[in-house]
Amino acid sequence: MAQARQHPALTVPGADLGRELERWEQGALKSSLAKLPERKTRFKTSSGIELKRLYTPLDMAEFDYARDLGFPGEPPFTRGVQPTMYRGRLWTMRQYAGFATAEETNQRYRYLLKQGQTGLSVAFDLPTQIGYDSDHPLARGEVGKVGVAVSTLKDAQILFAGIPLGEVSTSMTINATAAILLAMYAAVAEKQGVSAQALQGTIQNDILKEYVARGTYIYPPRQSMRVVTDLFAFCRERMPRFNPISISGYHIREAGATAVQEAAFTLANGIAYVEAAVAAGLDVDAFASRLSFFFNAHSNFLEEVAKFRAARRLWARIMKERFSARRPESCMMRFHAQTAGCTLTAQQPDNNVVRVAFQALAAALGGAQSLHTNSRDEALSLPSEDSVRIALRTQQIIAYESGVADTADPLAGAYAVEALTSEIEARAQAYLSKIDEMGGAVAAIETGYMQAEIAESAYRHQREVESRERVVVGVNQFQIPEGPPRRLLRIRADVERRQRRGLAAFRRSRPSRRAEAALSGVKRAAEGLDSVAPPILAAVKAGATLGEISDALREVFGEHLER
Amino acid sequence: MIHKERKIRVLIAKPGLDGHDRGAKVVARALRDAGMEVIYTGIRQTPEQIVSAAIQEGVDFVGLSCLSGAHNHLFVEVARLLRRKGAKDIVLFGGGIIPAADAPRLKKAGIREIFPPGASTQDIVQWIRKAAGT
Repeated sequence: MAQARQHPALTVPGADLGRELERWEQGALKSSLAKLPERKTRFKTSSGIELKRLYTPLDMAEFDYARDLGFPGEPPFTRGVQPTMYRGRLWTMRQYAGFATAEETNQRYRYLLKQGQTGLSVAFDLPTQIGYDSDHPLARGEVGKVGVAVSTLKDAQILFAGIPLGEVSTSMTINATAAILLAMYAAVAEKQGVSAQALQGTIQNDILKEYVARGTYIYPPRQSMRVVTDLFAFCRERMPRFNPISISGYHIREAGATAVQEAAFTLANGIAYVEAAVAAGLDVDAFASRLSFFFNAHSNFLEEVAKFRAARRLWARIMKERFSARRPESCMMRFHAQTAGCTLTAQQPDNNVVRVAFQALAAALGGAQSLHTNSRDEALSLPSEDSVRIALRTQQIIAYESGVADTADPLAGAYAVEALTSEIEARAQAYLSKIDEMGGAVAAIETGYMQAEIAESAYRHQREVESRERVVVGVNQFQIPEGPPRRLLRIRADVERRQRRGLAAFRRSRPSRRAEAALSGVKRAAEGLDSVAPPILAAVKAGATLGEISDALREVFGEHLER
Repeated sequence: MIHKERKIRVLIAKPGLDGHDRGAKVVARALRDAGMEVIYTGIRQTPEQIVSAAIQEGVDFVGLSCLSGAHNHLFVEVARLLRRKGAKDIVLFGGGIIPAADAPRLKKAGIREIFPPGASTQDIVQWIRKAAGT
């Protein structure tokens, strides 16, 4: 058996290395630059962090392994949240899907599960997200377009028909109407004979980022925050295996934020939720381990890997120092990642498969707990079945063929990655301090600070693309003449009509008086201090529709208008 | 003779429930930087609100942005209402996640030009200047 060979010490004593570096700079580097200048004078990441030509142990002079990295599964969790990471269990492969009616989406879920997907992720249409039934005038043209239409408990039943809710975990991208969809999910499970206690999954329930970036708010921020914390308590009591929130940087990034802004604004929102829950009387160690996060896996590979690691380390410090969390689990940032939709190009769409693969690889090297990979045709429409299969296969290839899942946090210790991790953490911390000075995330959102910062970054990005300072393959360089794209998914034109018809039948068949009484219960809770979650569950079971429950809350809370 | 030329006035609008406003904001700013007067409606506008804002503000152009797939209903509705209000001289254009196959139908309905994903803001600026005859 071969004996492990004795290596010389990896780090040269500081002073010597400094001299060695200088020798190299004056010698080999200088003559190389004389012959061939570098491609650019400055190499910058999306966040404007200037990358050095070379990173060495000298860049890690301040570095303390135990303090800055530690071990996987232990604070500060830089190296991941599980001791064995993907050697124990791979990340959950969870493709965000939903379109047209519950029947069609149910078919897609069954297809994805059959193809080896390991969790569900529900995309709802905009009326469902904004609290309008499919027959509302403002729903015209939007029904079943960006996700599935769910107005009634019956729709929810069809959506999950034949899917064992006691076995799969389900993530739902739902915010302003999260309480209603969570109630529907629990009610469907009950009909399947599965208790709420056993249900696993996540509701996004991150209303703050809706005001910042995504736009599916209904009520004003402070009233919305109350519903969010009501759900924290509700899940803790009745659905202990469900994550009551997914604090999301994804949409902030899609709106144009840089990697640093994404990390900073997401954590700022996270702080606001913890503060709100503590103010509502919850003990930090009773809920913090159920907070989950959602990040974007963007194109700048090293910066993205570093971003995930930096966010974990920063959150652990915040929970420990700022909120005095005692349990290590309370300091643990678990996150879902999705590849960056805004990087998909309509031009030469097959190139998107490659973009997605690299972004997904960054998420795996960054230690994501679950992952959605975008499909190549999503710059133009919702994905076709073929495209979504390739996207899922991309994850499977990374997981099973690339070998990166076989050791925890494999890029740790790389000088450039550690330097970037620390730099991103420091810059995100600077934003957090600024937001604290403004009075916290809610105030920073109400004054439009986050929105303005993001818009500025988005505009800068666009200018860089148009000046070709930033190359987008197939868009501003390497273009080819192209025909119209093939085989896009089209939402059938009769979806809205079918959905309205189903809704009318549902309304006729239900006991209206029971539904009305239950809606009064929702209003009473909203007016007082009691949690709105139990009466919403009662209303769902009594046959009240999503739009009716949302309207009951609108009457009490009012509606938010964009500034 | 020197006379100050009237600036081109543009309303950038987000019809429907879609909250993806990155593109709308970037285009609004690029047009402003190109010397136009730009009003941005914010998200979640009904076609009626957009048409009445366009008429009230006396704009020359209305740019519609939609990424939710509801363009076939919403864009066409804006065009119809503009015609009904006798504001035929206001030029409509649009952008967002709009499949090429939908463009002919939208153009027939009165959306003069569709800018697909990847379009540059400079293309939009030049197109507006040309359409305005300046």
